[in-house]
Amino acid sequence: MQKTNLLLLKYGEIALKGLNRPRFEQKLIDNINSALAPLGKFSVKKAQSTIYVEALDEGIDMYEAVERLKKVFGIVNICPAARCEKGMDSIKETAARCVLDMDIDGKSFKVETKREDKRFPLKSPEISREVGGAILRAVNKDGRNIRVDVHDPDILVQVEIRDDAYIVADIISGAGGMPVGTGGRAALLLSGGIDSPVAGWMISKRGVALDAVYFHSPPYTSERAKDKVVDLAKILSAYTRGIRLYVVPFTDIQLDIIDNCPKNYLTVIMRRIMMRIAERIAVSNKDMALITGESIGQVASQTMEALYCTNSAVNLPVFRPCIGMDKEEITAISKKIGAYETSIQPYEDCCTIFVPKHPKTKPRLDEITEAEKSLTNIDEMIEKAIEDAEIIKV
Amino acid sequence: MEVYLDNSATTRPYAEVCSAMFDTMNNNYGNPSSLHKLGIEAERAVKTAKERVAAAIKADPSEILFTSGGTESDNLALLGAAAANRGRHILTTPLEHPAIMSVLPVLRDRGYKVEYIPVDSDGRVMLDRFEKMIKADTVLVSAMLVNNEIGTLEPIAEMTEILKKKRPGALMHTDAVQGFGKVPINVNSMRVDMISISSHKIHGPKGVGALYVRRGTKLKPTIYGGGQQTNLRSGTENVPGIVGFGVAAMMASQDLDKKAERIAALRKRLEAGLLRLDDIKINTPNCCAPHILNVSFGGVRSEVMLHSLEMSDIYVSSGSACSSHKKEPSYVLTEIGVKPRMIDGSIRFSLSEFTTAEQIDEVIQAVEKIAPRLRRLNMR
Repeated sequence: MQKTNLLLLKYGEIALKGLNRPRFEQKLIDNINSALAPLGKFSVKKAQSTIYVEALDEGIDMYEAVERLKKVFGIVNICPAARCEKGMDSIKETAARCVLDMDIDGKSFKVETKREDKRFPLKSPEISREVGGAILRAVNKDGRNIRVDVHDPDILVQVEIRDDAYIVADIISGAGGMPVGTGGRAALLLSGGIDSPVAGWMISKRGVALDAVYFHSPPYTSERAKDKVVDLAKILSAYTRGIRLYVVPFTDIQLDIIDNCPKNYLTVIMRRIMMRIAERIAVSNKDMALITGESIGQVASQTMEALYCTNSAVNLPVFRPCIGMDKEEITAISKKIGAYETSIQPYEDCCTIFVPKHPKTKPRLDEITEAEKSLTNIDEMIEKAIEDAEIIKV
Repeated sequence: MEVYLDNSATTRPYAEVCSAMFDTMNNNYGNPSSLHKLGIEAERAVKTAKERVAAAIKADPSEILFTSGGTESDNLALLGAAAANRGRHILTTPLEHPAIMSVLPVLRDRGYKVEYIPVDSDGRVMLDRFEKMIKADTVLVSAMLVNNEIGTLEPIAEMTEILKKKRPGALMHTDAVQGFGKVPINVNSMRVDMISISSHKIHGPKGVGALYVRRGTKLKPTIYGGGQQTNLRSGTENVPGIVGFGVAAMMASQDLDKKAERIAALRKRLEAGLLRLDDIKINTPNCCAPHILNVSFGGVRSEVMLHSLEMSDIYVSSGSACSSHKKEPSYVLTEIGVKPRMIDGSIRFSLSEFTTAEQIDEVIQAVEKIAPRLRRLNMR
């Protein structure tokens, strides 16, 4: 990446949002501000479908700024840019310096110019030609190699003539999607596994803010398992601009189910109660949906029949973005978002420790509702679990 | 009240250790290699600590090499002795700590033949078999003094005698990390060439240990640098850690016999109390160090037992603390023939001189309450 204190951010889909566009743009700017705030002072402004991010303090780590912006949904591309005076000498010098800062050896390049300020004396092709020549000379003088390829260049050097002149030589992919906060809120059932963080990430990518619910069963799950979930929530929160994590004490309910329900139904009944608790928490936060990491057929509790039974426990829509994905596909996303290494730490969560030997793969809803009748105290227990939940803001 | 019975994982430092280290960090911060007064003061502190550690195993101070702990000592002993001496054959036991076990593939890669000496169902090396396994090109034998999971006391002195009779040039190393400060160690009667010990298992600080190297033993360093500690272990000495280690070694070896007897009696009390439960198996043999009791609870998952005890402020270990990073069943318990079902339910209680009879009774009561409840819920 070239040395710079200016980043040009391009956004895609938002531009198509018609009358809502200003609101989406403003949300994106807010999210960019909150992502960058810990690094120092920035100016964040938009013009012509581009957001200009400029560091105002000395010594701000722009590499870190780019890393943070890569996690802001709504940004399609991040272009480190240099700004200079609108004169050919200064444009040529700046463009050459940008290219020299990059890893260029053996690569090809091309210069493209956009001349929005039509009063600028040279026309775009002329500017490109002159800047290209200057880059070639500078690289040769530096003892390195670069060649021109106008059809399929490795490096595209863009010169934009506006209020000032801007040089962009590098393009870094952003996360895409929609700005978080433009798509409402939902509650994610977060376990310590691979799937649920991915599910949360996928929904959040569409602009949805997240609350998360984790079920903690001491002594059957260790404090380390809880720490792991907090870590996962932190990883996710870099994308979701913060998460409210509810740690719900679940041991008493689990023991109640084990004591009173048929063993082969334990898992499905447990999951139904988890959904009910998550729904209650969701409603209290004005979340309009639940999110789970379920994928058809992955385990006994995720067969079509089991999903039907689990789903019937709640009224809110349940989003399952991983539903049609294979484990490999989910794992690939988990790695991409940086959750995988944390997800595979071997602390058991409450789902795996209470798995019966022969769980029913084709549970029947009528049998389950019948079995649940023996949980005479369940409403109070749910009430208490929610009341005792620890809320962690990450 | 906190009941800490995980002393084989680590121990609570003596108050004297903490204050000696605090004082060293505050007032004696020089580099022992510096030529000026501050350097000399730091060097003196290291020298005093060395004398104390040496005295605890009846060694000469010049035979003590400070390291970063048991793992480094074991690595240096194996890699360093193999590289500096003649012979391509190495013998060890299948029950060693990972600090030994994980070095063996490295030695194999370097062309050494490594073989395991068989152990009996108590985990004790079979001496007759050992004798037959010694070859003309045996360069090194390494066996632990006390097993970290089950507490078995290995016949190190006998092994050394057998080895030296059959092949005087071969070296004997013992990993005494679990034995140091719990069973008497005398380098003159044991006659081993190298001993690994660690500070934080004897109420000293973490991050410091030592390797005893008998005078005249050839060793190649595994760490290179500024040539400290006679070129065998480069790196500025961990002065506060070493000072703390010295204090701990001195205190732990005071009245060792009496303390060991007391701890053994407490362990007996724990064992007797736990034996009142049914479906239980004591994995610790009779020939053992005083402080470790490994028990299997049938039908209980050790991790859940551990966390249940934790809720009563009682801290123990499932199997060995080092293996909680992995999920495989303990290789030590597997080796001595414990059934998988019982390995699943194995808990290691490890006592220290701070353990009291009241604490032991509290643990027994807690287990009596927890075990039946967990058994009722077991679904496997």
